[in-house]
Amino acid sequence: MTPTHYLLLSALLFSIGAVGVLVRRNAIVVFMCVELMLNAVNLTLVTFARVQGSVQGQVMAFFVMVVAAAEVVVGLAVIMSIFRTRRSTSVDDANLLKH
Amino acid sequence: MVLADAAVLAQQAPTGASSGEAVVFWVLGPLAVLGALGMVFARSAVHSALWLALTMLSIGVLYLAQNAQFLGFTQIIVYTGAVMMLFLFVLMMVGRDASDSVVEVLRGQRLAAGLLGIGFAGLMAAGLGRALVNVRPAPPLDPWSPQGGGAGGLGRLIFTDYLFPFELTSVLLITAAIGAMVLSYNGRGQPERRTQREQVRERLLGRRVSPLPGPGVFATSDSVATPALLPDGSVAPESMAEILDSTPAADLDEDRARVVGDPEPPTRALVGRRIPIQGLGVEPGAVPHQPGRNGGSDHGGPDSGGSENDGSESGGVRNGGPQNGGVRNGGAHTSNGGRGNGSAAPSPSEEVKR
Repeated sequence: MTPTHYLLLSALLFSIGAVGVLVRRNAIVVFMCVELMLNAVNLTLVTFARVQGSVQGQVMAFFVMVVAAAEVVVGLAVIMSIFRTRRSTSVDDANLLKH
Repeated sequence: MVLADAAVLAQQAPTGASSGEAVVFWVLGPLAVLGALGMVFARSAVHSALWLALTMLSIGVLYLAQNAQFLGFTQIIVYTGAVMMLFLFVLMMVGRDASDSVVEVLRGQRLAAGLLGIGFAGLMAAGLGRALVNVRPAPPLDPWSPQGGGAGGLGRLIFTDYLFPFELTSVLLITAAIGAMVLSYNGRGQPERRTQREQVRERLLGRRVSPLPGPGVFATSDSVATPALLPDGSVAPESMAEILDSTPAADLDEDRARVVGDPEPPTRALVGRRIPIQGLGVEPGAVPHQPGRNGGSDHGGPDSGGSENDGSESGGVRNGGPQNGGVRNGGAHTSNGGRGNGSAAPSPSEEVKR
């Protein structure tokens, strides 16, 4: 049971989140995958803080949490306004710039 | 399998962490991966959110296991408590039944994404596994040391070295809150703006075309109790509040006396024609006024009630003729009565000076 296990778990979660961002079409689910990637990075930060024996990494994780919370609020508001105008949350439907 | 792994790793406990932590890791780590996979592969978005909540809960407990107590509880409260519920709220508002489209817009995109994910995970795992062999965690921080450990050390750092970024986060949060309000405001809540055409149509089809007379128009006082006068000098009934119009004046005497302290009514007030005025200081022996002169009260004409022969038609100037409100009031005009017995009735010259 070494910190490497945590780092491997974190890398796995990050990869799953990245794949989810690429394959899912629902904007809300894509957003959740981004949240998962942020959480995986947080786990890495906490693990390295433990390896270093300091709390600097935890401070970083704390700030990541704050920014993620703000990002979730604004992102969900954007998704809602897109839904209101296009009646869909699929990322394929928001292609106005293409035409 | 997990238990076997845990047992194997428990033997390595002296090298790194405690066996309890190994059990926690090998139970919650696979749960976190399971939740992440479930989130990606669940067809319903609500199921995805619930799977992600499982993952975040597991990660929060892993924080706790790594001596990051504050972050662990923050993770549980903020992420699984607030953020995931926010996701669920939005999911319920925004097409919960909108299932994901299975149409591949880009050919082979999913396969490529899957390969990329596996390759990325393999690279990371190989790199980490080779680079981080035999990494030992530092001994846990002493919470009572000057640097502080756990939540105390975190707080000390945030409020000393990272104070400015910490204050910037407050700016960020306020901006995010305002942005969310602006973005999610849908413009409802204000009445539809009526066009001029609609307004005119409504008015012409309504009960009255002209605007309602306001109280005090062409009257001597701007009190609500003073009715408006029509061009012929009569009282416009629409201008009187119904409650005032239907209340006998005698009923109001008590209130008026309490407010004013003087039973004498306002000398210049007109009173609506439907109110028979009695007992407002009218002397029993007061001389009834000539109908043509009563309108003088509106104007406050010189001594309109005191003597009968000096008022002339001064009140009528404003009331537009001798057929003034006094006629419709059916005599016993309040203000005239009040003035009639007033001993200090001003002389015509005094009144003019006013």
